[in-house]
Amino acid sequence: MTKLFATTALLAAMTLPAYAVQPAEGETLAENQTYNFWLLDAIKSLDPAKNTDVEGSDVLRSLFEGLMNEDAAGAMIPGIASSFEESDDKLTYTFHLRDAKWSNGDPVTAADFVYAWQRVVNPDTASEYAWFIELMNVVNATEIVKGEAAPEDLGVKAIDDKTLEVTLTTPTPYFIKTLSHATTYPVPQKVIEEHGDAWTQPGNLVGNGAFVLTGHNLGVDITMEKNPQYWDAENVVMQTVKGITVNDNNVALTRYQAGELDRVDIPAGQYPRLSQEAPDEAISIPYACSYAYVYNVSDKGPEALKDVRVREALSLALNREILVNNVLQGGQRPSTTWTHWAIEGFEQPETELATLSQEEKTTRAKELLTEAGYGPDNPISLTLQYNTDENHKKLAIAAQQFWKPLGVNITLNNVEWKVHTDRMQNQDFDIARYAWCADYNEASTFLDWFRTDGYNSGKWSNAEYDQLMADSKTAEDTGPLYKRAEEILAEEVPAVFVYHYSTVDMISPEIKGLPTENVLNTWYAKDLYRLAD
Amino acid sequence: MVIQQDKMQSLAARMAQDEVKGRSPWADARKRFFRNKAAMTGLIILIAVALFALLGGYFAQWSNEDLDFAVMGQVATMGAPSLENGHYFGTDDLGRDLFARTVQGTQISLMVGIVGAAIAVIVGTLYGATAGYVGGRTDQIMMRAVDILMSIPYMFVLILLLVMFGRSIAMLFLGIGLISWLDMSRIVRGQTLSLKNREFIEAARATGVPSWKIILRHIVPNLLGVVAVYATLLVPLMILTESFISFLGLGVQEPLTSWGALISEGAGTMNYGTLWQLAFPLFFFVITLFGFFFVGDGLRDALDPKDR
Amino acid sequence: MFAYIMRRLAVAVPTLLLLIVFSFILMHLAPGGPFTQERELPPQVLANLNAKYGLDDPLWKQIINYIWGIVAHFDFGPSFVYPDRSVNELIAAGFPVTLTYGSLAFVAAVAMGVGLGVVAAIWHNSFLDYLAVGISIGAQVLPNFVMAPILVLIFTLWYGLLPGGGWSFNDPSFWIMPVIALGTSYMASIARITRSAMLEVLGSNHIRTARAKGMPEHRVILRHALKPAMLPVISYLGPVFVSMITGSVVIDIYFSTGGIGKAFVDSALNRDYAVMMGVTILVGALTILFNLIVDVLYAWIDPKIRY
Repeated sequence: MTKLFATTALLAAMTLPAYAVQPAEGETLAENQTYNFWLLDAIKSLDPAKNTDVEGSDVLRSLFEGLMNEDAAGAMIPGIASSFEESDDKLTYTFHLRDAKWSNGDPVTAADFVYAWQRVVNPDTASEYAWFIELMNVVNATEIVKGEAAPEDLGVKAIDDKTLEVTLTTPTPYFIKTLSHATTYPVPQKVIEEHGDAWTQPGNLVGNGAFVLTGHNLGVDITMEKNPQYWDAENVVMQTVKGITVNDNNVALTRYQAGELDRVDIPAGQYPRLSQEAPDEAISIPYACSYAYVYNVSDKGPEALKDVRVREALSLALNREILVNNVLQGGQRPSTTWTHWAIEGFEQPETELATLSQEEKTTRAKELLTEAGYGPDNPISLTLQYNTDENHKKLAIAAQQFWKPLGVNITLNNVEWKVHTDRMQNQDFDIARYAWCADYNEASTFLDWFRTDGYNSGKWSNAEYDQLMADSKTAEDTGPLYKRAEEILAEEVPAVFVYHYSTVDMISPEIKGLPTENVLNTWYAKDLYRLAD
Repeated sequence: MVIQQDKMQSLAARMAQDEVKGRSPWADARKRFFRNKAAMTGLIILIAVALFALLGGYFAQWSNEDLDFAVMGQVATMGAPSLENGHYFGTDDLGRDLFARTVQGTQISLMVGIVGAAIAVIVGTLYGATAGYVGGRTDQIMMRAVDILMSIPYMFVLILLLVMFGRSIAMLFLGIGLISWLDMSRIVRGQTLSLKNREFIEAARATGVPSWKIILRHIVPNLLGVVAVYATLLVPLMILTESFISFLGLGVQEPLTSWGALISEGAGTMNYGTLWQLAFPLFFFVITLFGFFFVGDGLRDALDPKDR
Repeated sequence: MFAYIMRRLAVAVPTLLLLIVFSFILMHLAPGGPFTQERELPPQVLANLNAKYGLDDPLWKQIINYIWGIVAHFDFGPSFVYPDRSVNELIAAGFPVTLTYGSLAFVAAVAMGVGLGVVAAIWHNSFLDYLAVGISIGAQVLPNFVMAPILVLIFTLWYGLLPGGGWSFNDPSFWIMPVIALGTSYMASIARITRSAMLEVLGSNHIRTARAKGMPEHRVILRHALKPAMLPVISYLGPVFVSMITGSVVIDIYFSTGGIGKAFVDSALNRDYAVMMGVTILVGALTILFNLIVDVLYAWIDPKIRY
């Protein structure tokens, strides 16, 4: 017995044709429909199973299409799946695929998804994103990744060419939200078997997205042209999409101003100036990432940080307003919670941190430190580790200055990313800067991090917190649970929550269709069009 | 950028020759050096920069790490060089005093340059003198080793070292110093070979002075001119290397800084109305390199005049 | 001569071996591996990755396998960070780019540097001389990571003359800024060396003799002065070549040219062992080769030198 899953988003999905941004009345399209976007670095891989970074995902969304897409506000809308059903026990999903084609003319079938998902979890593929299928709680995913079960046992089946059935180990409220992620995209078995690792090169690559890969100069640019075989090709206006690598953000901005790029990040501190000079180009929209200084509270961590009063004092004394308004200056928000404020359905708890003024907070911080037996007469020496980056550096320098009057002497330690990660994972640090970006638009993507068996590099542990997070997986109403979890974080202070990200970009006024309300910042080149100037 | 090896060889040959003739090349050289306008200008510049590094801190109104909250966040309008608020050179993006930071960066850069050059010169001289003096198979092996080391792309190795051992001043000194002793060792060896059979060395050997003492007492002093010139010309190369390393983000740790770090930060923001962030450090960087080049060239010309 | 070249090439083998072993060990001692990432990998996946790339063998065996792969199959292995590509492919894509703008910068630097140096020497102590010396010292001390963004600002933003970055083998407008940014400081050094060598030669006896015989000045310079004055310039070319490859790091970062300079820095930071080794070996081999060419050239111009 199955029933229709009837949230508003899905209702819209069932009744309306697929969403595509279309030019409004009175807008004149440019003859040259191209979109040039900025890439900070070379694209590591165009294989959906092997891609690990955000920029790679941006490109993959044009080349492939998954079961679901996101609309401009981040709500799930049908992609290759035209509809789906959910079983009563919430463990089985049945997807009905639309008639879609690969760019070589072959039909996209349920078997393509089965192959793709099995390939991701297959240890032979050695995908660094195999954990994503585990996160989706697909039956046997964990066992297969560990090598205890065969890839064929994965809980995903092709009932027929157009029907895909997925079985989960446990009800997963966010399951549908994971289906627009690049890791879940179908891949063409025939092509992969023919070309091996080289299947992602221009000329070889076959996708089912709105664009086909026509050129890829590693570290220079990547070019995609409109795919006539795409099922919704008649609604795709953009003809050419080009990602251009510029390793230096400041040079990238110069090239944007010279008209070579249509979208670029704004370097820290430049948003106020640019939003005055070009108010219709500079944007700042919430982006679901959260920045923190994580304390090492494990056995290998410093003694002082095991005292919650010290942890809280540092958190209180950090003047986030200044960091956000005077250093970053891009519309980011000071954070008092780990979960990003704009996450759907998340309600921030009232905490001391959120309500006191900075002066009161600094006074309170001094009291707490005195209680704990520290202060300028008995200073604490700690190391703050951050990975090489201009912004991390600036924030760390400022943090050092905020903590100095408390009698906390911070040594800054700038290390490269690999060393940073390695040390964090081995609890070889005192305080480390860290940021987490949402995998899907729900608070658990953040909160799971602090579970005892979560990534949790500082090894903080709290039984009630773990229980809350376990309960939230099956709860009807997760809101109060997440709120309570944040309250525990506020009491126990396993980390200093610093700020919540914003996307701070310059976007050419000629380019329309880029979403400005999606906190995950997911965009689809098929929705874009360029106006005549 | 490189030191002209042929000229160094010519200089070394001359210094060795003078010893035999029994008159010091230094007195004449001093006269010639003081007559050389470019070299004197260079010397004055260097003295000024050194004083700036040593004493600049006393004039700074701010420390090199304090944030000026009045300026922070509006650096382009409030952070310009000003006598009123004590930021003589303006502030950096965080509102830190650029004067204090330039003073401190000057100290680091000069230190890296001088210590790096010193390491290179000491290692190169001792290695070359030993190889040349001992001779035979040892010499062959030692010089073949230099041949091999010469074909190693050093900047790559330096990057690897910094990646591996983390950023630290000590590593910078060592890495930068170890890059450049090879040429030095070749020149020193060549001159040692020609000195080795001179009477005064033979005499020393005959009276039973141990080899290491002969090298240190009799051979090295005869090469002092080469060493001095070489060191002067190496310092700017070391400073340039350091600036490149800082550009890659592998330089000294904050809140310490160096010319390279300041210049690369300033270059990033030069189009945002904060040109002073580039101008001041770059000015000191450029005049210092000029100074060292002029003094080095001047010293060499003074010690090895072509118009003899 | 031939025997000398052979002997030099024979030294190249142990040099490269040393370089391989040294870099290999250094790289593997560094904290963090190619698969160190934010979300720790499940042990089975990590084991599979390690097995796939042969990282589960003892270090000595890895080195031997690696060297054997190069010797037997000219195979530098797969890239760890770019799983779709092999090191051979990455180098084949990046090296021609570096070589193109590098050799153009080299030729431009030599041509202009020698020209400037000769002019300065002939009109010694004139306005031209001072101008040439001023330009060359100024260009020498301006770091190319300052020059590069200035060029983009001027040529791309203000005047819109050139693309601000990127690369195409078919369109020379992409080459100009990399060549200027890379070549300028070398041009300056070459000008300085040429000038001083030229001055020395012009002051020598055989030039005086030639002039005394009434030979026209341009013939004196072209026939008798230029050739000996080139010797120090030539010995400088070896180091120039090496530092140009290093300088390509800056070029690749600012102009997104996709050359091997950036590839090397990235590979060191990302622990992409195979790419790092591949580029190091390539650059090491080129250094050896270029030093050899310079020595041969030197001997050819100056027959007094015997090997």
